Amino acid sequence: MEKLLNEFSLGLFFWQLLLFVALLLLLKKFAWKPILDAVNERETSIKDSLSAAEKARDEMQAVQADNKRILKEARAERDALLSEAKTASIQMINQAKEDAKAEADKIIAQAQEMIQNEKKAAVNDLKSQVAQLSIDIAEKVLQTELKDKATQQKLVKLLVDEISVK
Amino acid sequence: MSRSTRFTLLNKKTLILIVILISGLVFAKEKEESSKNLPAKEIQKKEIKDYIMHHLQDSYDFSLFSYTDEDGAHVYFGFPLPIILWDNGLKVFSSSRFHHGETVAEVDGNFYAISHNKIYKTDQAGTIIYDQEHHATNIAPLDLSITKGVLSIMFTAFLMFFLFKSLADSYAKNGRIASGAGRFFEPIVLYIRDDIAIPNIGEKHYKKYMSFLLTVFFFVWFLNILGLTPLGINVTGNIAVTFCLALLTFLLTNLTGTKDYWLHIFDPLGTTMKWYAKIPLYIILIPIEVLGIFIKPFSLLIRLYANMQAGHIVLMSLIGLMFIFKSWLGSPLSFGLAFAISLIEVLVALLQAYIFTMLSALYFGFASEEHEHHNEIEAH
Repeated sequence: MEKLLNEFSLGLFFWQLLLFVALLLLLKKFAWKPILDAVNERETSIKDSLSAAEKARDEMQAVQADNKRILKEARAERDALLSEAKTASIQMINQAKEDAKAEADKIIAQAQEMIQNEKKAAVNDLKSQVAQLSIDIAEKVLQTELKDKATQQKLVKLLVDEISVK
Repeated sequence: MSRSTRFTLLNKKTLILIVILISGLVFAKEKEESSKNLPAKEIQKKEIKDYIMHHLQDSYDFSLFSYTDEDGAHVYFGFPLPIILWDNGLKVFSSSRFHHGETVAEVDGNFYAISHNKIYKTDQAGTIIYDQEHHATNIAPLDLSITKGVLSIMFTAFLMFFLFKSLADSYAKNGRIASGAGRFFEPIVLYIRDDIAIPNIGEKHYKKYMSFLLTVFFFVWFLNILGLTPLGINVTGNIAVTFCLALLTFLLTNLTGTKDYWLHIFDPLGTTMKWYAKIPLYIILIPIEVLGIFIKPFSLLIRLYANMQAGHIVLMSLIGLMFIFKSWLGSPLSFGLAFAISLIEVLVALLQAYIFTMLSALYFGFASEEHEHHNEIEAH
């Protein structure tokens, strides 16, 4: 202890205190504070960048998932649309076919009716013409045959018989 | 915690070193008395011992080496340093006037002489009167000389300032990344922050102690390393320097001490006991705690001093052995040993700086603690 006290130099202590405190203050202002600030800043920026990257990645994944979902939905929609269109077209074709058939039937029926009518008319015409002809013929025949009274009576009797039979 | 084991370890180390120092001292005194008419080898041994003892102390001039020429005159290589005395007015003169302590310096009609590495005011002949306990009774003027140690501190301070200023500046220039020598020092700065300051002091308070911890670490480390150069500087092995550093730790600890810190000292048991039950315990506990305030920085002071002092003694003794052995076997052996020890000393230089910083941080941690008290009684 005595040796330690003997060795203690006040001058050295004074200079050491002065220089050390001066060094401490100078370094604090010009070195430690800027260094620690810079390092802190760097660390926070690294941390921020990392979290930003993480976030971006998550977002990217979300976007990708979204895209996939949208694509899937679009595909499903397309499929639905296609099948719907298919059934619609089939229906339409069937409808058209049915319509056409009905129309055709109608036309055929009309034609047939018309043919019938024409036929009837023609037959009637023919009938009346035949009747006229027959009457004419009959007139001529009668004019020739019924020159005598007996034949005329015979015929009237025949005709009357016929009527009564009917 | 490993703190208590570390304490005992360091205490043991310190104790051994003090024993070595004291025994060395006693030995030296005995030698001094009977150094007349001794064989040449004994004289050489004494010379080496004196040289080591001389080296361990601060000196008024920066001498690199010296030898005795054929005429028996001492020739010194180095340069003198300014002497600054306050003796009824400022006296500034070159240490070359002392001729390495061999002559009396005359300044403005006053005479000064160096005895046991201290400047005393003397008469023209330079007589120094000793009392029975071998202390000089002459007046010692206030001595603020720029000694070898002061010059080394200045050099280290400049070195540190420019080194760390350039590191700080390099961030701005290089896009927030250190460049040059800063690349080496930046991880150390970060280590001190992340592994010394934050774990010991806590995230909340560490910032205000960072400047001191960083400065003290690099200051001690650089000076320790400087002490290993052949320039023969021994600053961190000087009690005045370590005392100053420990004093600053002491002041910082106690001036920034929180309420909890003082409560811990004066009321360590807190509310775990009734007040009347605490009285008999506190008669013992409080003095121990109060003593602890001083013992903690004192252990810092002695640890650094003793470790560096011891390192220098061992290293120089081993080098001295080469000259004592003067044999083909002994000298290379002691050279090898000296080499190995100097490698260990490089490690010790870093280790002691680390321990000083670490323990300072620990004490700052005590000072800034803010938590509810458990019923912990600290073992000191």
